Amino acid sequence: MIGAIFKGLGTTLKYLFRKPVTVEYPDVKRPVRERFRGRHQLKRFANGLERCIGCSLCAAACPADAILVVPAENDPAAPHSPGERYAARYEINMLRCIYCGYCEDACPTNAIVLEHQYEISFYDRKSSVLTKTELLVAPDRGHGEIPPILQQLNRRPSPPAQIDL
Amino acid sequence: MTRVDIVILIVKCIVLALAATGVFAYFTLFERRLLARMQNRVGPNRAGPAGFLQPIADALKLFFKEDVTPLLADRRVYLISPAFAIVPALIIWATIPLGMWPDGRGGNWLQLAEVNVGILYLLAVTSIGVYGIAIAGWASNNKYSMLGGVRASAQVISYELALGLAVLGAVMQAQSFSTAEIVERQTLMWNVVPQFLGFVVFIIAATAEVVRAPFDLVEAEQELVGGYNTEYSSMKFALFFMSEYVKLVAMNAIAVTLFLGGWQFPGLQTLAAAATQQYGFVIGNAVLGLASLGAFLLKVMLLSFVSVWVRATLPRVRYDQLMDLGWKVLLPLSLANVVVTAVLNVFLPDSPVVTAIAGLVIGTGILLATAAIGRPGKEKRRVTLVQG
Repeated sequence: MIGAIFKGLGTTLKYLFRKPVTVEYPDVKRPVRERFRGRHQLKRFANGLERCIGCSLCAAACPADAILVVPAENDPAAPHSPGERYAARYEINMLRCIYCGYCEDACPTNAIVLEHQYEISFYDRKSSVLTKTELLVAPDRGHGEIPPILQQLNRRPSPPAQIDL
Repeated sequence: MTRVDIVILIVKCIVLALAATGVFAYFTLFERRLLARMQNRVGPNRAGPAGFLQPIADALKLFFKEDVTPLLADRRVYLISPAFAIVPALIIWATIPLGMWPDGRGGNWLQLAEVNVGILYLLAVTSIGVYGIAIAGWASNNKYSMLGGVRASAQVISYELALGLAVLGAVMQAQSFSTAEIVERQTLMWNVVPQFLGFVVFIIAATAEVVRAPFDLVEAEQELVGGYNTEYSSMKFALFFMSEYVKLVAMNAIAVTLFLGGWQFPGLQTLAAAATQQYGFVIGNAVLGLASLGAFLLKVMLLSFVSVWVRATLPRVRYDQLMDLGWKVLLPLSLANVVVTAVLNVFLPDSPVVTAIAGLVIGTGILLATAAIGRPGKEKRRVTLVQG
């Protein structure tokens, strides 16, 4: 019995000199995995045009019915996106979203991406609905090819069939 | 006693009481950080540098909490029991010599009261503390609080005997009941050597006496919600919490006084003599006082570390195990310690070194024998099969 007590004391003493496993969260942020699915972003092409063409396939694919897309016709003189239509309204209800990533898979232009941002809490329920202005990246942040985060989609055993304009 | 003496005494009392509560505040932080590290965590580190303001934050929080009194509580007793708990915890410190700072009139600045039966005072006051707990449990009109209080009184009474007898060993060694005298007599050798058995019994019994892990059945959360302080909130709860910790540190201080040489450390007298020779009496006394106080606090801190360490390691004992340990192990051990001390001091009165070594060897032998006998063997389970 005495031996067991001293063995226990030895164990606790040993742990006293170990580094704690705690990650001090607001100060230290753990990096997320490459395929981590966080807050959505609507991407742009390299020339600044929106990738979203207002096809509503993401809204159709969404199992939680979190996405609302209201398409509109592009003005040929000053188009929002290549092609005929663009999303006049694009809203995601973050209280409904389950971060399954089906919208990424469904999107034919790789417009919607679940990015790595995970600090998406809010104070009132109205701010749970992200509007297009909040989702859309800045005009100079466009990509010529598939957005880097979505590269991993192509490395999956059966990459989704997608067109890139 | 002149008026100046009385003023000095009052100031000393206030300083000591404030120091004890300050020690409590930072002991909680010390314990939380240490426990956390032993459990692979970081512990409170947000308030101030390295969590240094955490005790202040806790105190503020407790002050601003709602103070609830249960409707059916015995109001007067309910209100007075926190005071019953905290006052003994604070006045324990009165007779403990915290250091040696001579005031030039044969007194000592660092000891509040030099009583020639200081040890009896310590024993009496430490056991009065349980009244607060028992009364609190009863007055709350809550069966879990009541059970906690009853457990506390039963436990403290059981361990009091072993504690008193362990202290008796140190008293016999010094042939005095005065705490200052006991410390004085440990100049050559700390009592922990001749009284090794007594020291071990004292540490275990003291842990049980202040109802601390692994003997904290009084507040066994799984069984009793929070124990005797379940119905207390705000500052009243804080007072119970405080009394527990102040008592723990005080017990460690008593252990240091009785067994670890109090404020003495080898070379202290040489240091003080050198300072006196160099700078005169006042500075010499100050050096002696500060060095002895530092040594005392360091020893208390070491023992406090052991308390935290034990709390981090050992699980809570069962109630029957607690009683078994108190009555069947510690009481006989402390009695044996008294016998050994008495016999050795009577037969070898002039050779302290031989006595000490004999005491150490015999004490260790008895402890090892007890551990060997008390080893829990494989219990054979008897299963009675019933034909259906």
